[in-house]
Amino acid sequence: MDHSNRRSEAASVVHPATTPSQTVGPFFALPGALPWPDGPELLPAGSPGATLLRGRLLDGIGDPVPDGLIEIWQADERGRFAHPDDPRGTSTDFPGFGRCATGPDGEFWFRTVKPASLPTPDGSEEAPHVNVTVLARGLLARVVTRIYFPDEPTANAADPVLSAVDPARRDTLVATAEADGYRFDIRLQGDDETIFFAV
Amino acid sequence: MPTDSIGKPADRLILPEYERDDASHPALDTEEYHSTSLRSPRRPLQLLPQNLTEITGPVLGHERVGDTDHDLTVQHAGEPLGERIVVSGQVLDSDGKPVPHTLVEVWQANAAGRYRHAGDRHPAPLDPNFSGAGRCMTDENGHYRFMTIKPGAYPWRNHDNAWRPAHIHFSLFGRAFTQRLITQMYFPGDPLFYQDPIFQSVRDPKARERMICEFDLDSTIPEWALSYHFDIVLRGRHATPFEEDEDDED
Repeated sequence: MDHSNRRSEAASVVHPATTPSQTVGPFFALPGALPWPDGPELLPAGSPGATLLRGRLLDGIGDPVPDGLIEIWQADERGRFAHPDDPRGTSTDFPGFGRCATGPDGEFWFRTVKPASLPTPDGSEEAPHVNVTVLARGLLARVVTRIYFPDEPTANAADPVLSAVDPARRDTLVATAEADGYRFDIRLQGDDETIFFAV
Repeated sequence: MPTDSIGKPADRLILPEYERDDASHPALDTEEYHSTSLRSPRRPLQLLPQNLTEITGPVLGHERVGDTDHDLTVQHAGEPLGERIVVSGQVLDSDGKPVPHTLVEVWQANAAGRYRHAGDRHPAPLDPNFSGAGRCMTDENGHYRFMTIKPGAYPWRNHDNAWRPAHIHFSLFGRAFTQRLITQMYFPGDPLFYQDPIFQSVRDPKARERMICEFDLDSTIPEWALSYHFDIVLRGRHATPFEEDEDDED
């Protein structure tokens, strides 16, 4: 086959530049807009393995952010995604996605499962984690963080992402255990600012 | 433990890679937009590798879209006041490929510049026939279409006599966590652009233009509604010509 010809054809494909991000603003929660009534519930109460993940969104002086939106995306308890781009297949019904507007005290919650570890292309293994998108008035683009679990010390110690961050700030990515689940507070700014990622 | 959660060691995972597009986006600590002062992270962002959680994302389907969600002018007993407009366009990625069957969410102020939200203190009238929220799915070619009314500008107290240019908020998922985008669509020639720190937070003038829709005479509905065209470009897969060749060989 003649690659040089085919490459020149491909080079003529238009590569448009991406649309810029803008803030979600203060009014995304108007009736029928972003928050969904079932947004925080990835599975019904009483489901096997269900756990609560909750926390508060706080600003640079520790005040609650009462007009934020938290979204999570995660694998199921076997490490599976219902998604066609997962090369391991799509054998799960678990939705993996949750969305919760913060309350007057900056609080948010999800009923979900703790995901399993995940393989990576370089052969290492990522510890159980939940990806988080934070949106709010005053944030011109989403910020992204990850929730890791306190009862996975061995997996966390081997996790390539946790291993790469500043050890003094690593704990900002690890939830704390509670009687019926886990707590993960998000601090947008300040001495104990949560680690945020560029994806 | 089911071994299939890890996969056989021999099966090396090959994952797509989404291009980074930091140059398109505003700096989080844009001082002129005062709400950023206590809310924008100050430490450098850490680079997150694009692994399974990043290259997958929620598959949100038609179950999220009601019959009248795409038409913000028919959601109440009467018609909303204002200038009827069609807003349509295509969701693409930066490889130029359409993003099919993906959820598009919009929300906006009414024609008087007032949101149906308890936090909106602008003393302009609410419209009993307008909520201001819509959603639809893109079709197989990435096209979407809403019917709505043109939103009004409104004051917002950020600085002395600050007014937001008229805009419609857009929320997009694409097909991967990496592609999630929240943006605002502005209207051509708005005289308020120069004093709006949210619009101006995008420093590159060419990038700012990508948030402005185009008047679209061909899509107007004669004797009924004007029309604006707005394409939205999400991060692409950084496809090299070689990879595109291989796609074509199937």
